[in-house]
This record gives sequence, structure tokens and C-alpha cells, in this order.
Amino acid sequence: MSAGSADGRELGERLRAGDLSAAAAVLNLVENRGDAARGQTEALLAAVSPAALGQEAPGQIVGVTGPPGVGKSSLLSRLVAAWRARDRSVAVLAVDPSSRRSGGSLLGDRARIERDPSDLGVFIRSTAAGDRLGGLAPATRAAATALACAFDVVVIETVGVGQSETEVADVADAVAVVVQPGSGDVLQFLKSGIMEIPDVLVVTKADLGPIAMRALADLRAALRSLGSDQTAVVAVSSISPPAGIDELIEALDVHQSQLDLGARRARSRRLHALADYAAEHGDRGLRALGGRREAERWLESRNPGRDVAALRHDLEQRALR
Amino acid sequence: MLQMPETVHLPERDRPWMMRTYAGHSDAERSNELYRRNLEKGQTGLSVAFDLPTQTGYDPDHELARGEVGKVGVSIAHEGDMRALVKGIPLDQMNTSMTINATAAWLLALYIVAAENQDPPIRESDLQGTTQNDILKEYLSRGTYAFPPAPSMRLIADTIAYTVKNVPKWNPINICSYHLQEAGATPVQEIAYAMSNAVAVLDAVRERVPDDLMGSVFGRISFFVNAGVRFVEEHAKLRAMSQLWDELGQRRYGVRDDKHRRFRYGVQVNSLGLTEAQPENNVYRIALEALAVTLGRDVRARAVQLPAWNEALGLPRPWDQQWSLRLQQVLAYETDLLEYPDIFEGSHVMEGLVAELVAGAREEMARVAELGGAVQAVDYMKSALVDSHRERWRRIESGELTVVGMNRFQSTEPSPLTADADGGILVVDPAVEAQQQAALERWRAQRDQAAVDSALAELGRVARDDAENIMPATIAAARAGATTGEWSQTLRDVFGEYRAPTGVGEAAAVSGADLAELRDEVERLSDALGRRLKFLVGKPGLDGHSNGAEQIAVRARDAGMDVVYEGIRLTPSQIASSAAQEGVHVIGLSILSGSHAELIPSVLEALADAGVENVPVVVGGIIPAADAAALRQAGVAAVYTPKDWDLNAMMRDIIGLVRERHDVDTAAPA
Repeated sequence: MSAGSADGRELGERLRAGDLSAAAAVLNLVENRGDAARGQTEALLAAVSPAALGQEAPGQIVGVTGPPGVGKSSLLSRLVAAWRARDRSVAVLAVDPSSRRSGGSLLGDRARIERDPSDLGVFIRSTAAGDRLGGLAPATRAAATALACAFDVVVIETVGVGQSETEVADVADAVAVVVQPGSGDVLQFLKSGIMEIPDVLVVTKADLGPIAMRALADLRAALRSLGSDQTAVVAVSSISPPAGIDELIEALDVHQSQLDLGARRARSRRLHALADYAAEHGDRGLRALGGRREAERWLESRNPGRDVAALRHDLEQRALR
Repeated sequence: MLQMPETVHLPERDRPWMMRTYAGHSDAERSNELYRRNLEKGQTGLSVAFDLPTQTGYDPDHELARGEVGKVGVSIAHEGDMRALVKGIPLDQMNTSMTINATAAWLLALYIVAAENQDPPIRESDLQGTTQNDILKEYLSRGTYAFPPAPSMRLIADTIAYTVKNVPKWNPINICSYHLQEAGATPVQEIAYAMSNAVAVLDAVRERVPDDLMGSVFGRISFFVNAGVRFVEEHAKLRAMSQLWDELGQRRYGVRDDKHRRFRYGVQVNSLGLTEAQPENNVYRIALEALAVTLGRDVRARAVQLPAWNEALGLPRPWDQQWSLRLQQVLAYETDLLEYPDIFEGSHVMEGLVAELVAGAREEMARVAELGGAVQAVDYMKSALVDSHRERWRRIESGELTVVGMNRFQSTEPSPLTADADGGILVVDPAVEAQQQAALERWRAQRDQAAVDSALAELGRVARDDAENIMPATIAAARAGATTGEWSQTLRDVFGEYRAPTGVGEAAAVSGADLAELRDEVERLSDALGRRLKFLVGKPGLDGHSNGAEQIAVRARDAGMDVVYEGIRLTPSQIASSAAQEGVHVIGLSILSGSHAELIPSVLEALADAGVENVPVVVGGIIPAADAAALRQAGVAAVYTPKDWDLNAMMRDIIGLVRERHDVDTAAPA
């Protein structure tokens, strides 16, 4: 009866063969909460796991997050065009925060990303944030992991500050936090530690000139005072003529090349497995593992190549001891 | 000695307002013929309706023009078309209103050059008329924008600065409150947003003209308003606008001359309230609305155009338009309306009503100002309009607001007016599109291409230099024979493209007993499907009338669906690609411009090409019954027209369609 009868393993194979047209079916599957679909999702993730691939999925997973109204979507539109100009395929997973009081949501983000509908190299999927405002949709982790083995770049776009970049960091190889000039709260969040230090900080509306440059200087000073020289700070302008887009791509690429990808992806799989476990078994399940931190530590002792389903199974076994 | 009471009559009967009919269709020749016939019938001014490609800056052979050439107005692709449009109508004696916005500078240039080429030649300084030229309301409601806000405001300021000096009898802009009401604005919102819009325009012009010209600039700004069927309040609205406008002139712009501060406006009365059900009743609505703008002498309209009784059915025929013109003539020439001074002078009720509206409008204007002015506040105003429209719709559905023949007094005899074979509407010859494309080919072949190239290069240079006025280079391009699409593309290359906010994302969620039931149905179906019911609402083609699509999107969201809505002006392949990538379960398409016969089959084809299967497509719009049958034949699952005003019933239909396609049983537990 459930519509989630797609074959997960077959979808995984299509992705491994570089078939970008499989993306929509992959999303339809991982979003499906039916029992049959969940089994197929596990099969999909196993088919694109490091064990199956012989390496980590080669795509670059980039989190783009920031407060509402700072120009994330316009920036993304420029970024997608610039990646395509470099002949890189891009999948965008736009997590929309819109109201769910009714359970429903309005997903309008894809409208802001200019694209050629005949270009299979750009895939955009909007997903409602679920019950947690600004958080990741439950399916987003699985989707990002799977698509990274076919697309050159996978972008996860979320809205918010203080929480969302933490969650995105669990999945993405790099997190770019987008702010606009004059947003002092981000500075405060950084200094007070409410917000984790991102991999890249992007200041939009560079066309504002001096105001944007001052914001840039303030952020750099704040990062220095926190002892972080690693974070690149880039000023961009998305209106015509665009500016700073190439620099941003360069900063992301530099970050990727310096990253221990195996370690970051293994951590992502552990957190994914733990999130799935917690969603299924709740606080009681976590207590059975000695709490969340203890569970994370125990997972670190497992083989880093294990896929998400295997890790979750490990946790379930351990909880039964 | 007996004292005779002082007479309350005017010493001399007032001259009537200017009477126009918003008209134009197919090509320039056919529209010219229509205009001449209308003038013979006693119409005293022209009101040109352009087709959507002309309004949005595309040539008839552009992909987006498909199905739209000559449909809602006349196609004007170059100066030759404009010359043919006004052939035999001496332009120094005509007052022409052009409903043109994003491409207003271009159409004004074509008009100026066409006048030069009349025999005898007419100088630009002798031309009279208006260009609508109001871009903010295009973002908010009407949707025929082409460029982003900043360069669009510059184009407006340039046309004002140019005409004040060179075409002094021209009204270069009509600040439109009309379309705000069509988008659901309350009277207070209509006043406040129109005034805020005027402030944004005047502030932009102030930077481009010498101070001593600001008085004349202020005096050339006119308004284009709406009047709904609540005609007493609507009249008060105009008095409130007049008062605020006078204040604005004195306080913000230091305009000394009283004449310059006079509130001048043209009007097209309400289309939003016209019904498809028992359409003959619309005649009464239109008559009452005409009273709203003519009753009080102090704020009487300068120019009036009335819609036709059958607008909710399709495009009106010349006879339908004649019927509306006759209404104006009866009002002006048969009644005693024009014999008295202002009949509301001294009325406490009217004064109180005006004071209420002024106070409300001031508050709302302050809010817009706080957000940085009308240009910055487009998002805010748009979502406020979507909310107001939704409230209006809720009141109709609940029966709080009576619409005779629609939600009350529905029983009716069959109407002889719609019994004709043509269904009582005008059908544009589908061959027009190909004819216009061929004519454009010929035009391009016979012109001096080098002259066009250099004129467009110069236009591009001027566009990049913010300090220069766009008009001289635009007029030169018109003389050289450039096309509407070429002029616009040159500017798009410099200014970039733009998508206006949809306003739906911010719309507040509502609830109600009816909705709770719907949500339960959506929940059950979503559980059966495995993921939440996902609905794509799409607007194919150039039609910018998004108010209906927005209400559908918001209601579907409130019913618990995940709704993908991308705004207006999508190609069939864009819609198909979105449907495929988003994995939607059902698609709703909205078209009000009459191009459904061409566009909907294209969307169906594109969906098949994109591999979208088992996804029902429903269509909404102004769709004649014969067309609806053809669409269903082509594979459309359901067709909705303005008579389907119960949105919850529509939602239930949509849920049912998806349930059927997926063969799932989600009957409520007993």
C-alpha cells in the first residue's frame, strides 16, 4: 500500500554509476517513513557506503546557513551558476523553516535559484524542517550522504543561527554561515560560544561598500580573539554585477583539500546513527546507553567504515546488554 | 419682500470626465479599427491594452510569448506597429492612456516617434496622455515587471524628468491603487500603500530634477484607483487620498501652487467583485461603483473606464464594452450629477468616515516608512495583501460577506446573455501569433541593422551610467527600428532579472473546524503515501495575476500539505522539472490571461517528458466551458473557474484525486 517500494540498492547503483536523474527517486525514498521504505533506505545507504565504494563518497557536502533575510538564496543562485560554469554538478537540499502549525508548509526557496530546467546537473529539493524549527529534516542526512556519491557538490541550506549550523556541521564537510553587514548578534553569538565557529563566514551585500568592509573587519577581529585563524571570511554581492563568488568557492575548496574527509564523514555517520536511534527509542533508549555523550564515545570505538544502519544496529545491540 | 433662496445649482453644468474603454487585442490594425469605432460612439479618450509580451518586454517570437501574442491586448513590437495603432487619429487632439509599466519608457518612445511620423508631424510637446509606469504595484499584484527594483525606479524617474521638460502635457506615471484592491487591499491599505509608493517615486525623481521643477513634477503625478461596490466608503477613500496628497505636497515637497497639489486620478472600477455566477448582476455593481468615483464634485475622477459585465467569463466583445460606455454616458448626460457643487459638503457622516480612513492610513504609512520606504517594504506589503485577501475570502466562504448570486440567492433562470454560440465572449484568432511573428521577421529584414546595433549599444552604455537619462537613447532606438524585445534585453543584460516576493511564506496560519477535518484527511493520506502530501502550485506563461494561486497555496498549506509555489512566469519545462525534482503528488496550474488552450497542453507534454507519472493536474482560471472540456480531454483532472469559490471543497477534491491515483483507502475511522 505504501508508495515507498522503490529498490534502495538499485537506486544506490544508479548513483554510483553517476546517474543524476536518480536524485528525485532517492529523495522520495528517504523521505518515506513507511516501514518498507525504511528498509530500502538502509539498503540504499549500504550501497553508497565507504565499504561498497571503496572510499568516501567524493562529492563535497556544503552546509549553507544563516538568519532569515540575509540573502542566502540569492547567494546560492550565484554559487550554483558558478559551480556549473566549472562543470560541477550540484544538488541543493533546501530545508524550509516555514510554519508547521497545520502540519503543512510553504516551500518557495527553489524559486530564487535561477536554473535551466533542461540541465540535469542541477537538482533542487525543498523539504519542510519537520517539528524542529530551523533543524534538519530527518531525511536530509540520508539524502546528502547518498547524493554525494553522484553529485560533485551537495548543498544543505538551512535557516537560523545558533542551532542550525551545529546540526548542519554534523552532516556537512564544510559549514558556511551567511550574515549581512550590521548583524551584531552573530558577533555576540560567536564570542559567547552560543554559535560554533564555522568553517567559512560569508558577509553578503558587499555592494554596500564601507558597511560590508567594516563587518568583515569586525568578524575577522572576533575570530582572532577566539584564536581561530582557520575560518575564511568572504564578502559577496549577489546583485548585478556579482562579486566574491569565486573567492567563496575557492575558500570552500581549500577547506575541503585540508580536511580529513574520512574522519569527518565517519563522525557524520556516527551522529546520524545516533540521531536515528534517539528518534526511535527516545530518552529511555539513550539512558540505556549511559547517555548521549557516552554513546558517542562508544561509537568512536567502532570501525569508522561502518555504515549508518550497521552503527544503529550496534547501538541497539548494546542497549540490550 | 420675499427672499429667494440662494440657488445650489452650479452656474454652468460641469464638463463630463474623460470616457475611455480599456481596449486592444490582436494586432495594431485590428485595434486601430476598434479605437476608431469606439471614438465614433462618443468615447473621448483612448486606453490602450497591450498584450503580455509587450508589457514584459518580449518579442512575439520569444519562448515566453507563446500563447500570449495579442491575447489580453495589442502586440506592439516596434515603431511600425505603434504607427499603425494610431493611424488616422491625430495625436495632438487625442488623450491616450497606456497601461504599460516595466517597458513604459520604451512604449512612450514609440508613441513619440509614431507622432513624429504622422502626417502632418506632431511634436512631442503637443502630446497628451499617460503611461501607467508604476512598478511597485507590479511586484505587489500585477506581475508584469521586468527589472529589479532599483533600476526600475530609475527608469520611472527618468521618464518623469524627461516628460516634465519635453512632453509637458503628459502624465508620466499613474500611481496605482487599483491593483492593490484587486490583490485584496482594504481601503486603508489601498490608500497607505499608494501614498507610500508615490513618496518613493517622488524621492527618486527629486534626485534627478532641479528643485524648482518639483512643483511641476508633483502636479504631473496622477493616480489610478479602484472602486468597489461598498460605494459610500469607496467615495470616502478618495476624499481621504485627496487630503493626504495635499498634505504630502505641502509638507514633504514644499509644493506652493494649489493646482499642483490637486489630487487627480483616473479610475477603472472593481473587477475582483465581478462574478461568473449570474454575470448580468455585474452591470449593477459596475453602475454603483461608477457612482463612488463621480458623486462628490471635489474628488470626481478625471477619467473613467468601466469593465464589462462578462469579464469573469473571458475577454469582452466590442458590444460588451459599448454597454459599459453607455453607462458612463447615461450618468454624465442624462442624470443631474454634473449640475451641483460637492454634494457631501458638510456631511458629518462623510467627514467622520474620511477621518477614520486617514487615521488608519497614516498609521500604515508610518509602518512602511519605518521599514525604509515602499521599495524596501515590498515584502511586508505583499504579505499584508495576501493576508487581507485571505480574510476577504474567508468571509465569503463563511457567508459573512454576501455576494449576490454567488454565495447567496444562487437559484437562477438560464441566462439568455450567455446562451449564444460564442458563450458571450471574444475569442482572439489563434493565427495572430504566427502573423505577428512573420510581420516581425519582415520588419527586421527591411531595417538598417547597423543603425539598430549602434542604437542598442548606446542604450546599453546609458543604462550602465546611472547619471544619464534613459529616454533620449530609448527614443533613438525606437527611430532606428529596434524591437520591444531588443530594448528590454539590452536593459536586462545591464540590470539583471528579478523575481518578486510571493508573499505566501509569511502568511499567518489559520484554523477552523472545516480545516481541522481537512487536516485529518491530509494526515491519513500522507501516512498512506509514506510522506506528506506535496502539492505544486504553478503559474505558467506571462500572466502575472497571482492572487488566486497565492490563496490556493496558502489554503493548501493550512490544510496540512507541503506546498511548492515558485511565483509567476514559469515555462512549461520549468514547471515539469520542479514537479519531478520535488516529487509532488499533485499539480495545480493557474492562468487568467486566456492562454490556457496553448499553455496547459505544453505543460502536460513537458511533464511526460520529465517522467512525471501518476500525478493529477488541476487547472484554475478564467476558462470558458468549451475550453474546460478540451482540457479534460487532454488529460487535466479537474478545471476550476471563478464560480468555484469554496476553497475547502477544492482541497477535498484534490485530496480525493491523489487518493484515487494511488489507490489508497483512507476513509475516516467510524
